[in-house]
Amino acid sequence: MQDHIDRPLNTLSKLPKAPSGIEGLDEVTEGGLPLGRPTLVCGSAGCGKTLLAVEFLVRGIRDFGEPGVLMTFEETADELAANVTSLGFDLKALQASKQLRVDHVHVDRSEIEETGEYDLDGLFIRLGYAIDSIGAKRVVLDTIEALFSGFPNESVLRSEIRRLFRWLKDKGVTTIITAERGEGTLTRQGLEEYVSDCVILLDNRVIDQITTRRLRIVKYRGSTHGTNEYPYIISEDGISVLPVTSLRLEHQVSNEVVSSGVPGLDTMFTRGGWYRGTSTLITGTAGTAKTTLAASFALAACQRGERCLYFAFEESPAQLIRNMHSVNINLQPCLDQGLLRIEASRPTLNGLERHLVTVHKAIAQFKPQAVVIDPISNLISVGTLSEVRSMLTRLIDFLKVNGITALFTALISARDGRMEMTEEGVSSLVDTWISVRDLEGVGERNRGLSILKARGMSHSNQVREFLVTDAGIELLDVVIGPAGIVTGASRLTQRAQEQARLVAQQYELERKDRELERKRRVLDATIANLRTEFESVEEELRRVNDEEHARQQAINQGHSAIASGSQARLPTPPAGPNAPAQPLVQD
Amino acid sequence: MLPPAAPASPLLVEADYIFQLFITGATPNSTRAVRNIKEICELYLPGRYELLIIDIYQQPELARREQIVAAPTLLRQRPLPRRQLVGDLSDRAKVLAVLGLSLPPF
Repeated sequence: MQDHIDRPLNTLSKLPKAPSGIEGLDEVTEGGLPLGRPTLVCGSAGCGKTLLAVEFLVRGIRDFGEPGVLMTFEETADELAANVTSLGFDLKALQASKQLRVDHVHVDRSEIEETGEYDLDGLFIRLGYAIDSIGAKRVVLDTIEALFSGFPNESVLRSEIRRLFRWLKDKGVTTIITAERGEGTLTRQGLEEYVSDCVILLDNRVIDQITTRRLRIVKYRGSTHGTNEYPYIISEDGISVLPVTSLRLEHQVSNEVVSSGVPGLDTMFTRGGWYRGTSTLITGTAGTAKTTLAASFALAACQRGERCLYFAFEESPAQLIRNMHSVNINLQPCLDQGLLRIEASRPTLNGLERHLVTVHKAIAQFKPQAVVIDPISNLISVGTLSEVRSMLTRLIDFLKVNGITALFTALISARDGRMEMTEEGVSSLVDTWISVRDLEGVGERNRGLSILKARGMSHSNQVREFLVTDAGIELLDVVIGPAGIVTGASRLTQRAQEQARLVAQQYELERKDRELERKRRVLDATIANLRTEFESVEEELRRVNDEEHARQQAINQGHSAIASGSQARLPTPPAGPNAPAQPLVQD
Repeated sequence: MLPPAAPASPLLVEADYIFQLFITGATPNSTRAVRNIKEICELYLPGRYELLIIDIYQQPELARREQIVAAPTLLRQRPLPRRQLVGDLSDRAKVLAVLGLSLPPF
């Protein structure tokens, strides 16, 4: 409290911080530990307090050129050095180069008797001497509570510890004090009362036989900080704290479209694939060729000359390559070229956090443009649903921020066809969601594929049947039957029926043609008949006509003959045309 | 503060009791402790002891080597086992009990 009143109030300048150099911790603390002040790190046994403290020192020396003093109350310098060697920290060398001083304070109750008033000046002097001898900027007191077991007079101890922290602050060294977690309190001896600047709580929790370590900033005076519980792991490179998600959604986006590796699938998207840097989820029941789709994508990425990292949680690399080779997805050349890397491990090998770190590290190392995780649903076996969800959130976030095109597969249960994890947790994170499923018909199973969502582009709404052939995945054209889209044998039946119908139609058409022809011929014949008939009638008529003409002529001739010479014979020509014939007949 | 107060024995003869008193300058506790131990030694171990008074401000390395945390601290190096007495040695009865001393038989 007091130091804050003493300090000139300058609201504009931020609290100076000493970066710890520990992966993720500086992110959570927004810059590091309070510079020149003590920080309390508390936690139960085995959660890595000492390690965090030692890493703080070593990284301070290595990365920031700040020498450090390690005052250990529990382990000897040699033990400690041996313990952290596995993390690549060479304490001996740092000590030899005068950048680190390790002072083991041994307190043994059986050797110590109180005989009057005393203080802990011995400790102060040793610490002061160690700090001054190398110009240390960082100090670690690991675990100062051990003093309580050595000195019976608690009140002296408490006032001395308070004085010690005050004194460290005055010296301007950034200090980490570790302390054991107490029952109901942060520390067994209530040290949090004395360290008021920054308190970090480490927690080691076993849920369902799986240990997860979590870190929480209990308080950080004068600074904002992340307030969540952050998982952390102790890996071969030290401690990694994993911020759950980056707080902002600010990643760059690309307009470039990459192929899914299956031409037929590409055509289902209007832009012929999905955007680079997005994440795609393929869900499906067992045996729906999720891995094959994933491998196609990996191959396509490699063929574009991109690096692809494939995390296989079900198959060994050799098995994967062999199996994929059988469907003409030849991954071996990509491996040989160094474009493809397969990281295979059983999900149960590690806790979730470690998986995440493994993924992070592999990505940092390999710098891929495409990542396949096959399958993510297997991770559920190493964590609860919510943990897996948060881990995936972090992972997807991380991939997106890095502009990596990601493909995940997830197994869903065949019973209800859905899984909560994919439904609630991941689906909102992924940009494209493809569902592959069994289309079970009469006595057979077929594979169908559909796009559930594709952010930023329109897509086909059809369930496409696909085949896994010797030549890879082949999407079939949609066949629509009377009751919707049909697949498999029904599709073949449907096709056969159509064929038959087509043939029948053809026959019918031909028959009609023939019929027409016949009719025309009949008509033609009739016409010919009629014409013949007509001709004969015409001939007849003409003949009659001619005869009539001839007779007329004859009559005419007869009349004129009568008129010219034989009028006496006929005194009065009788009227009527027939009359003239009479004389002829009479003649 | 540095010079040994009363090297009562000649160099070659090892004293029965070897004490080291670690003090921090001239603080009240330190001066009390020096006074007390000298008194005790003279009373109970005349001529049989060796007392070394060390100011750890000046010899911090020694404090480290001897695992001194509190000040003042009296270290009984001999006879074994090694004992550490912290405090200004005012609790005479306890000091005597821990050091295994009793009034000399007169």
